[in-house]
Amino acid sequence: MASSINLAKIEKRFGSVEVIHGIDLAIEPGEFTVFVGPSGCGKSTLLRMIAGLEDISAGELSIDGERVNEVPASKRGIAMVFQSYALYPHMNVYKNLAFGLQTAGYPKAEIEARVKKAADILQIGHLLQRRPKALSGGQRQRVAIGRAIVREPKIFLFDEPLSNLDAELRVQMRVEIAKLHQTLGSTMIYVTHDQVEAMTMADKIVVLRDGRIMQVGRPLDLYNNPANQFVAGFIGSPKMNFLKARLADSDPSRRTIEVAGRALTLERPLAARTGEPLVFGLRPEHVEARDNGASLGEASVQLVEHLGGSTVVYTSTADGQSATLLLDGQRHIRAGERLPLGFDVERAHVFGEDGRRV
Amino acid sequence: MTVHPTVWVDEVRPAAAPRRGTLRRMLARNAPGYLFLAPWLIGFFGLTLGPALVSLYLSFTNYDLLRAPDWVGAANYVRIATDDPKFAAAMRVTFIYVVLSVPLKLVFALAVAMAFNRGIRGLTVYRAIFYLPSLLGGSVAIAVLWRQLFASDGLVNMLLWKAFGIEGPSWVSNPDYSLYTLVVLSIWQFGSPMIIFLAGLRQIPTDMYEAAEIDGAGKVRQFFKITLPLLTPVVFFNAVIQTIEAFKAFTPAFIISEGTGGPINSTLFYTLYLYQEAFGFFRMGYAAALAWILLVIIALFTAFSFLSARYWVHYDD
Repeated sequence: MASSINLAKIEKRFGSVEVIHGIDLAIEPGEFTVFVGPSGCGKSTLLRMIAGLEDISAGELSIDGERVNEVPASKRGIAMVFQSYALYPHMNVYKNLAFGLQTAGYPKAEIEARVKKAADILQIGHLLQRRPKALSGGQRQRVAIGRAIVREPKIFLFDEPLSNLDAELRVQMRVEIAKLHQTLGSTMIYVTHDQVEAMTMADKIVVLRDGRIMQVGRPLDLYNNPANQFVAGFIGSPKMNFLKARLADSDPSRRTIEVAGRALTLERPLAARTGEPLVFGLRPEHVEARDNGASLGEASVQLVEHLGGSTVVYTSTADGQSATLLLDGQRHIRAGERLPLGFDVERAHVFGEDGRRV
Repeated sequence: MTVHPTVWVDEVRPAAAPRRGTLRRMLARNAPGYLFLAPWLIGFFGLTLGPALVSLYLSFTNYDLLRAPDWVGAANYVRIATDDPKFAAAMRVTFIYVVLSVPLKLVFALAVAMAFNRGIRGLTVYRAIFYLPSLLGGSVAIAVLWRQLFASDGLVNMLLWKAFGIEGPSWVSNPDYSLYTLVVLSIWQFGSPMIIFLAGLRQIPTDMYEAAEIDGAGKVRQFFKITLPLLTPVVFFNAVIQTIEAFKAFTPAFIISEGTGGPINSTLFYTLYLYQEAFGFFRMGYAAALAWILLVIIALFTAFSFLSARYWVHYDD
């Protein structure tokens, strides 16, 4: 069974310092929601408030329509997977999994059945008698997830659970958690600073910055229509190119932007005044090394990264601004070469100086 | 004058000369190290190992400081084992003291450490204040003060009378209470294990408690299922150290009983009995045998502690 979660004007203060500023958010039952943002943005604090590990300074937190601000963590129907795994080092895997159920007073047979079921799902049945110190990082992570599963919670909370794993294992566990979500159908909230994890796992991404929500939406919505320059820069890898620009003419018949010393005409309306400084955003994968419609002119190649399946080219435009290209396949491009930078103007993003989308 | 055959010298020199040179070079190279080690080496060999070996020898003799030691074989040990009621009394008193004072002191120290671990203001000041008795506790002055406090007309009885109308006994001169008064004095010196417990508590990750909280464990269950098991290495360390200290306790009993171990041997700690034999009756050989028996008892206790540790002490990684 999955639960809905509603946050209404949630605030968190540590003394006089406010770290979460009036968050409003609705999470649907069974949704996989990812809180993403840079360090210190408040994503873990928000998760801990939902878990009941941090007091809520103001606002209302509801689970299935019931206010739970004052409900202790153990009564909220949640289970949490910690970044450090937080496995009890003096207990073997079986006891780690069974601890919560024993505490809740479940009969022994029920505990055994649930532990076995969780162990089967996570394929850790052969590890039940081992202590955490005898497990690898990936195995510990599975046990930590297993400890959450056995409680059959309505909501799973994950606090950067993969950050201690190596890159290969991280990808593997990412897939397994996504599968687990499909199998269990529970509501899951997942905190990460890794936008790739967010994009690959989430039904809904919540981008946070300095204790405020920057944008909420489906992964591709955030990718295609970032609400502001911060989201545009945070979602996508390599990061979106941002070039200084100016609205040369706001006439609806010919909205012209000056960027990299060239004039570009946009078909769509822009909420900006003539002469206003702007930021012109282009994703590296949307820039081509040939004249194709709109152009940023010729750029000199500074550095080339050959990734096998793709090539990343770092360039400098005629007016000295940086522009990165992500090209398919293996390209024979060398530093010092000059390349034309072409792009489809429909894929360009324009932001005001304050970061808002215009 | 003996003249060695030239051929012999020539044969030896090539082999011996480099060895001597190497040794000299090694000594020269390590001289500063040995110089720094010298105080400890002198102290260890001159003041610890040497006297210990001499006392082992003396334990097989009759020796009164005035005449040369007289070898008696195992006679001192035989007498201690078969014909010394005071030895049995001292053992009984010491064991009761160890069995009572060590666990009580550790429980008290842990309780105070847990209170401090909750993050109170002015922690460093409180920590220093609570540690103070450990520095003063073993001193003569405090033992004298303790004697005054627990005397029949002391402060404790005065408070008992004023608060509850109870006429308290003379805690230090009544054989039914005197040993327990010393146990209380020992518990009062909880500062040292408390500091170590506090350091141990600080090492337990917070998310372990948060995981337990989400698992529904209340504070009591958290204590017995998380805190205590994760603290067992520190409990073990404190238990071993405090047990050794308790076996060696001397000053409080000496001052409070004025060196007699009375009343009726009720405070006759093993070390006090040893002292009486050595410096009261000048039976140095006998006292040395007592000292070696104490060493063996402490060693056995410590060995047993280490053997049992594998069953109850949880070491992470």
